This record gives sequence, structure tokens and C-alpha cells, in this order.
Amino acid sequence: MHDEVIVKELAGKIRGHQEILLANLVMMGETPAPTFQEQGRVRFLLDRFRESELHEISSDEVDNGVGLLRGSEGNKTIGVFAHLDTLFGEKDSHTLSMHTNRVRGVGLGDNSVGAAVLVSLPTLLERLGIEFKCNILFAGVSRSIGRGNLGGIRFLLENGVYPVDLAMCLEGVPLGRLNYSSLAMIRGEIRCSVPDEYDFSRFGVNGAIVHLNWVINQVLKIPRPTRPRTSVIFGSIEGGNSFGTLANEAILRFEIRSESDEVAEEIWRKFENIQLEGHARFGAEIDLDVVARRNSGGLPFDHPLVEAAREVMAELDIEPQIGPSMSELAACIDHGIPAVTMGLTKGYSVNTRQEEVTIDDLFEGIAQVVATLVQMDALGEENAD
Amino acid sequence: MQIESWLKTNTFHHSAFWDLKQLVEEKEKQNLKISVCIPTLNEEKTIGKEIVIFRSELMSRYPLIDEIAVIDSGSKDKTLEVAASFGADTYLSKDILPEEGFKRGKGENLWKAIHQLDGDIICYVDADITNIHPRFVYGLVAPLIYQSETKYVKAFYDRPLAFSQGIRPSGGGRVTEILTRPLFSLFFPELTALVQPLSGEYAVRREVLEEIAFPVGYGVEISHLIDVYTLWGLHAFAQTDLDKRVHRNQATTDLGKMAFGILQSFLNRARNLDMVELKTELTTVLRQFQVQEGDFKQKLHTIVEEERPPIITVPGYREKFGR
Repeated sequence: MHDEVIVKELAGKIRGHQEILLANLVMMGETPAPTFQEQGRVRFLLDRFRESELHEISSDEVDNGVGLLRGSEGNKTIGVFAHLDTLFGEKDSHTLSMHTNRVRGVGLGDNSVGAAVLVSLPTLLERLGIEFKCNILFAGVSRSIGRGNLGGIRFLLENGVYPVDLAMCLEGVPLGRLNYSSLAMIRGEIRCSVPDEYDFSRFGVNGAIVHLNWVINQVLKIPRPTRPRTSVIFGSIEGGNSFGTLANEAILRFEIRSESDEVAEEIWRKFENIQLEGHARFGAEIDLDVVARRNSGGLPFDHPLVEAAREVMAELDIEPQIGPSMSELAACIDHGIPAVTMGLTKGYSVNTRQEEVTIDDLFEGIAQVVATLVQMDALGEENAD
Repeated sequence: MQIESWLKTNTFHHSAFWDLKQLVEEKEKQNLKISVCIPTLNEEKTIGKEIVIFRSELMSRYPLIDEIAVIDSGSKDKTLEVAASFGADTYLSKDILPEEGFKRGKGENLWKAIHQLDGDIICYVDADITNIHPRFVYGLVAPLIYQSETKYVKAFYDRPLAFSQGIRPSGGGRVTEILTRPLFSLFFPELTALVQPLSGEYAVRREVLEEIAFPVGYGVEISHLIDVYTLWGLHAFAQTDLDKRVHRNQATTDLGKMAFGILQSFLNRARNLDMVELKTELTTVLRQFQVQEGDFKQKLHTIVEEERPPIITVPGYREKFGR
């Protein structure tokens, strides 16, 4: 089905166009795009799609940016998605620097590299002389991270003109990442706050941080089954303002993850009970909010799409790092769209201000994407009505 | 006064030249070759990005530039390795026209670039710009492509000072406002029309570069302006607003050295044009102060503004270009 020699040559051919890719990385990566504020990147993406002469170029009401590469048959559509938002705000310096085989700067792995590869692909495919029978829908999607709750891709899949039959999601790091399933996930926030009239003398010298500490201890007592695999992750804690003043407010951000939707919901109900008990015990406000949800699901190991991706990675000597994903893949799964997520390059200190990604590995990462798209094209046409 | 009419006809904003396809078509119609020269000394942090942006946007996507060369003064860091890894042609200044010797200084690199590069137009861009963008080139070469009478295009921009804590707006161009503009106001009022006379980004026709001298140190920009003005007048110039330029900021003591060098070049030219008479030989020592353990001590800097002659006078150049 697949010419091994051509796959192995792809990385070298892609390297020959490195300046296009790296320039897109600079121009995309140096445009801030905190969640809900991706407009700058969308404008750049649409300009690039116009230069590549894609069809149906547009942005929608939630700031997704899309463009269509029409296939020779056009019976099916393959979606290629990359989220545009990053964890970093407007006030963070987004200046990138280029070094021999390294790019440094914020937001690269999650997901400026993915976004840059997305806008580069139409040009690269043309220069590589690769054509498709299926349509390819390129989409830079918004509102992926945190409270965005995959709002961009959900809107696109629910309202897009072209139904997507197969999908590939691009993530900057790590090279070898291969996701084809999603865990059930409930992302939430617990906020403990004490009112101004709180009587510290009655309940001892406690503030919101101590109340939150009690909440955390109760959460740690919740039994978590080993099968289905389930975990509770504490992502961040904040509270208080100084050394000597009791905290009026403390916040815990967390995720419940499980292979089972039912188990995740059961643990969420236990969080709700802890909330009620804490409120009664301390007389403090304990608010529990859902920020985002995912359902479990995905493709089996031997699904043709998964097999195709693994074959390509084997030909490129890329060791697959298989695991579940809570990113755009989860939205595709919810819509019954066979999809994979692929990581593009190696990264270090990801999501910190000292982040770096490697350049040479990026050519391998793009080669795997291109070769997998070729395989997806064949799969799509095989199953065309 | 000519300034008002010149400002109207020869001051541009880079956005006027957004249509790169049209610009390339006109360039090709005129059979022009355009070279970009980036003079460097220890710029490994920023050089890679400049090369990548120019090669992608102005060679690969739109063939506006025919060559990009890094001319280096002898960097001790990885400037040349980084530049070469991203596809730039790299040269050591001392290896160009070796029979003419080597003088350390940015002006030396700019002068030798005229010999090394083949372009009918040479665009000079400094290497320390962190917000590099294709407009830093197309904004400067476009007036030369569209206006045949224009010979020398300068960049101007809002230059925020970049501090380690972040960026705050305005405050750039200290040597311009405190030294250069007052000198121009006194001696060359028409040159005050240039918003940023000391900017390190400019594009020039080869036939102009051949005829003007190049101070090797701080005085190169101001000398160019006086020489081009003297030979061809205000209308040889144009200027383009490139919006913001973010770069590594220099300490006041370093700006003092720059001002000293500029003043040397200026006074030498003013004297040669019989605009001033100097009754004493100028010293080449700048005296600054530093405090060490409570004591004020003088720090002496010897700054000699050597000059390279117009390159048309150099035999090696005339031979290469058939002059």
C-alpha cells in the first residue's frame, strides 16, 4: 500500500522548505493568543490560506479559521485541526529566538508549532507535488484550553458546511505522540471563601486556605479504582495575599480522569458531597464549578487509521507514545469521527517561559503527518459511498 | 521651503507597498538585482530569525531579494554558525578585499559589502532587531523600485526601549534628538526632514554607494546623509515608516561614545565644506566618569573615526565590476 522509500525521503524534502515553516512559526508564535482572544492568529492564518489559494476560506463566530483544499474526487473530507490558543497572555513576551536546531519562546509546544505546521501544510503539499482525492479541511480552532472547553472545534463540527469523515489533530509536542482515544474528564474549580463577617474567634484561627486543605484531604480519601483507570489531578492552588493575613479566598483547580464516564461522574458526586459537608462544617462558602468535560471513547488499536499512523511512524523510526488525549481529538470522538492526534517535534520545559523545541525533529514530525494524510486519503476513498 | 514638499512626496508608510507581487513584477521589469546586507558582531540571539523571515517571505514566497549576506566583524559567539544554518551567505569582513586591510567597525562591514554583493540595490538591516518583519526590507527598496529619481531610502519608526522587565512605549532615538537634529538644524536644515537620520536600516543604489566615503565607526550614517545631500540634494532621499523597532537598548555611556564618533565625522565634513573653521586639532579621547569605592575616576576612550574612501577608487572593486 505504501512506498517506504518515499516516506523516508519526505523529511529531507520538507527540510528544503524550512524557511517557510520557520517563518510561519515566528509570525504565528509571536502573536499572542490567550483563550478567547485568538483573532490575531486567525487573521494571519486566513492570509496564508489565501496565498495558498485554498477554497471556502472563512472565519466563524467563535473565531475558528478554515480553508478547504478540494480533492480530485471530493467524496469525503479529512479534517486537519490545530488549536490556536496558548496558555500565555498578552502581557507575556512572545518574542521567539532561533538558534542552531532550536527555537526558544513561550507557547511553542502547546500549540504554536501545531498552528504553524497547519498554515504551512498547503504550501508544503503543493511543493511536494502531493494531491488528494478527498477534500482536506484545514482548521485553526479556537477556545481549546481551560474554560474554552474545546468550544472552537465543537462549534466547527456541529455547524461546519463540510462533514468531516476522518481527522488529524496536530500538537506541537512530543514527537511520537499518537492519540486515538479519550478519557472521560471533568475539569473543575473549588473556591473556598470566607465572608467579611466571618467569626474567626468561634472556629479557631483558620482562613480559606485551611478550609481548602480540609477539602483536599477529603478528596484524597475518595477511593479510586484501578480498573477502569481513574485519577484526580490537582493542577493549581492559589490563595491569600501575604504572610500574616488570613486568606479570604483559596482556589483549587483539578481534573477527574477516568476510562469510564460513569466512574468520573460518581467521583464528581463525591466532590459535591464534600462541598456540602465543608459548608456545614465551617460556615464558609465552598463553590464547586465545572469548567470542562470530555467523554471517553476512541478507536481500537487495530482500526485502519491507527494502523496506518503506526506504520508511517515505524517507517520513520519514530517510537509511538500512545495514550489518551483530552484535546481536539475528544471532540472528534464525541462526533463519531475516526481521528488521531500526532505530536510534531521534541520540546523542553514545555509551557514555561524557558520552552524550547528542536527544528530537525520537526521535519520528521511533518513527514509523518504528510504520509499519514496520504494513507487517510486512501482510506477515505475506499470507504466512499 | 523644500522640506514640506519633500515630506509629502518622499515619506511613505510601509503599508503602501503591501502588494509584494506587484513590487516583484516591477523589479523584474527593470531587471534589478537586490541584495540584503546584515552587519554582525555577536548577534547569535537574533540573527537566525532575521534570516528565516527574509528568506521565507522575500525569497521563497516573493523573489524580491536575490541574496542575503551576513558580513561579520569577528564574532566570538555562534552568529555565523546560526546564520549559515538558516541559509545565509556568511563572510568575515577581514576576508573581503584583504589587500585593503581590515578595520574593526560596522562601517567597515557596510563598505566591504558593496564589493562582496552583486545587487543594483543594497539594503542594510541591523542584526539586533527582535521584532523583525519583511517590511524592514520591502518598505525600503520599494521607493527605489517605484521612483527612479530616489537614491537613498531611510527607515524611521517608533522605537520602544526594551527593558528586561518588559517593553514601554517611546523614548527611542536619544542621540538623534539630543545631538544630530540640533546639528542639522544649525548646518543642514533640510536634513531635519529625516525623522530618524541614524537608523541602521536603509536601501541605496549601488551607483551612490560607490561614490561616498564610509567612516568605519559611529559616524557612517550621518556622513552618508551629508555626502548624499551635498552631491545630489534632498530629493535623492526618501524615508519609510516601518512602525515599531524593538532592539537591545544601549546604556547612556555607550551612547556617549556614539555621540563622540558622530560629532567627529560631522565636524570633519563641516570643515571640508568650509562651513566651520577649527582653530585647534580635535582630540580623539572621550572622557567619562565612573565611581569606584566612593571615588570619581575618569575613564578615557580613544575613538578615532577612520574612513574608507569611496569604493570606486579601489582597484579591486573596479576590476570586479568593470568600472
